[in-house]
Amino acid sequence: MLRDHIADVRLTHADRDVYEPSDDSFVLVDALVAAAESWRKVPPRICVEVGSGSGYISCSIALLLQQLGIAAHCISTDINPAAVSATACTLQAHNVLGKVDLIRSDLLQGLRARLHRAVDLLVFNPPYVPTPDEEVLRSGIAQAWAGGNRGRIVIDKFLPVVGDLLSAQGHFFLVTVAENDPEEIMSIMQQHGLSGSIVLSRRADEELLSIICFKRETVTD
Amino acid sequence: MKLLTHNMLSCHIKGVQNGFPFKIDPVKVQEVDADYDPDFLRHIFPRLEWKALCEAAATMGAPGLPEEVTEEMLQDDEFLRSFHHALLELVLEEGALICPETGRQFPVHKGVPNLLLNEDEN
Repeated sequence: MLRDHIADVRLTHADRDVYEPSDDSFVLVDALVAAAESWRKVPPRICVEVGSGSGYISCSIALLLQQLGIAAHCISTDINPAAVSATACTLQAHNVLGKVDLIRSDLLQGLRARLHRAVDLLVFNPPYVPTPDEEVLRSGIAQAWAGGNRGRIVIDKFLPVVGDLLSAQGHFFLVTVAENDPEEIMSIMQQHGLSGSIVLSRRADEELLSIICFKRETVTD
Repeated sequence: MKLLTHNMLSCHIKGVQNGFPFKIDPVKVQEVDADYDPDFLRHIFPRLEWKALCEAAATMGAPGLPEEVTEEMLQDDEFLRSFHHALLELVLEEGALICPETGRQFPVHKGVPNLLLNEDEN
């Protein structure tokens, strides 16, 4: 079972400056486990996680790829140095530190030009919680969740980049809550040539979490 | 940071035109073992800037990659192994990445490059 090959929460590192794995992380990993069945046929070769936090998701991806025997290059970024360290610890605790390269960066700064249409698997669990806009700019753990108006400030900053990054076979997994208006996000992405569908939804406490998966629209003419 | 990642990075300071490839100032380089997978190497090859990889590998203590790569070479085990070693088994642990245009240094510490920009660079 692929389900057995994801990161162990007990081995996942998070201190008070790092967002620890929570319901949103678990829903995203469940969606990735379901998707991983298709990786046997079309192996993702370049995988990127933006904002890796504790490293729970990046580590799960590395373990799934390992289990499937897929050679891939994984890169994870985070703006918060404590999160980069936590991701390294989590990967180390699962013996997959060598499988993922870590970069301290704001979203994908420094990677965008050379990753043009190269990314096969792109994953983002953004700061999606609706907050006053100014909270988005606070440093430390607030950056992991404070999303400004409708929780969309960082999401909207990232969306226009995605179309340029995804490979022909690429998939982009995005965590959203109802307040983010997933339908509107999907219609924005359609303008960038990407079609999205909600692959998993779950209610957790006050949040209705939805994982949207985007891919290139197939041209039919 | 492996040289495959180095090959995917470029300097993103506002106004920089030729930010690729970063020069490497290697203070500490580690050699690691990575799983050898010819299919992966052949898949990744077209996405690489080959000259940048050759130069980076030489800087990191692994000179000798050929300047040109032919289709036949991508089927040759000996070549693929040297390609694999340069791409995935040399890790920059400590040092810096240097923008080829501005000379701006981005530190690499514990294997992690810090690409954050100062406010006036954005």
